[in-house]
Amino acid sequence: MKSLKAQHHRLSSSEEEIQILESDMPGFSGDRFASELENSNLFPLKPTQIEVLQINLGKMCNQVCKHCHVDAGPDRKEIMTRETMKECLEVIRNHEINTIDLTGGAPEMNPDFRWFVEQVRAIDSEITLIVRCNLTIILANPKYHDLPEFFKNNKIEVASSLPYFTAMKTDSQRGDGVFDKSIKALKLLNVQGYGVEGSGLILNLVYNPSGAFMPAAQSGLEAEFKKRLSDNFGITFNSLFTITNLPISRFLEYLLRSNNYEAYMEKLIESYNPVAAAGVMCRNTISVGWDGYLYDCDFNQMLELKVSSEDSQHIRDWNQQSLTSREIIVKNHCFGCTAGAGSSCGGTTA
Amino acid sequence: MKTYYNPEDLKKFGKIGEFQKPLADKFFDYYGEVFAEGALTAREKSLIALAVAHAIQCPYCIDAYTTDTMEKGCDEEQMMEAVHVAAAIRGGASLVHATQMMNKVKEISM
Repeated sequence: MKSLKAQHHRLSSSEEEIQILESDMPGFSGDRFASELENSNLFPLKPTQIEVLQINLGKMCNQVCKHCHVDAGPDRKEIMTRETMKECLEVIRNHEINTIDLTGGAPEMNPDFRWFVEQVRAIDSEITLIVRCNLTIILANPKYHDLPEFFKNNKIEVASSLPYFTAMKTDSQRGDGVFDKSIKALKLLNVQGYGVEGSGLILNLVYNPSGAFMPAAQSGLEAEFKKRLSDNFGITFNSLFTITNLPISRFLEYLLRSNNYEAYMEKLIESYNPVAAAGVMCRNTISVGWDGYLYDCDFNQMLELKVSSEDSQHIRDWNQQSLTSREIIVKNHCFGCTAGAGSSCGGTTA
Repeated sequence: MKTYYNPEDLKKFGKIGEFQKPLADKFFDYYGEVFAEGALTAREKSLIALAVAHAIQCPYCIDAYTTDTMEKGCDEEQMMEAVHVAAAIRGGASLVHATQMMNKVKEISM
């Protein structure tokens, strides 16, 4: 399967996506999310403080997942240069960021990935350093086989998507054979101590629904995942994060193609939760694109909606004061983060 | 095409109180309590509801509880097993009456 970009699909254009999200639909208007925030006394949405720097090391990936909001895949060549990484390191060195969250694509495919991780660790041996590892990359090529050991040596926290504890549902979303490879990779991580009680090495799994429906309650599903993965494969992990699919990029394409868009948006809107809205991740996170531009979150990054602070839209121009006092850009896709128990890269928020 | 069942009508379920509010309120309060976590989990209750929906052949309920079971983290295999439970009970309910037929046969046979 090719990326939307390689297919020259109309939804590879962020303008087109935004136009769809802002179109009035029966029952709601294009600026409905802003109205909901206003009703919750949260508009304009402002940051609390900047604690997390989520850095997209590139859109290249060895997988082509059907729901991917990045539209990542082997045909995407955009990756962060070492020069931009150095600019990120300057910000990490000079500001009180407590979590670095590396994502992609498959971040490990960036040739400077290991260099960057080691540089971050050299600056701060205690900072929380998360890698969003798709698991199969560990087995994709011999040069990646030692990733679990590299992760361990650099005290990396691993967060990995696994949509379900069976092959059918996992492969239907992430591609044929992904489940079996993911299980093998999880076992390799367990061997290093990841997800093993008392090791201090954190392995968290990420669940998102494989279709046009809402995620299950996090705690109940975590217990089910733990039992099934332990009973069937002898695998252990720390926490399960449940994430709602946001209606952008490939998931938006799926919703439109399957005639599920309107019903899905209605469900997200009906499930709007002001408590989840107050806890959205964009309030304490800055997302850095592969080219160094700054965004309120990974989703706004994919919609090419740069932060509103005009003097600080690139990592090289980082201005803590401007960024902390900026207004966060919201549109109707944001309903995905505020529905039900809320959704973020760290799971539920309410 | 006009049909007796319209999927859009499911969304109107909450409005049945328009014609008789006190009873509707009582019903929805009860409904909410029934499906809350209890001695059975909300997930188990949802699978029971899916099976019952098939036994009573309610298209609205089948739509609603197919989505609900998926949102409770169930997979297709578990959902189909629940429907088989409904089918087994329905089939068994017919077959167990065969004992009445057998009794009668024996009663009137030499």
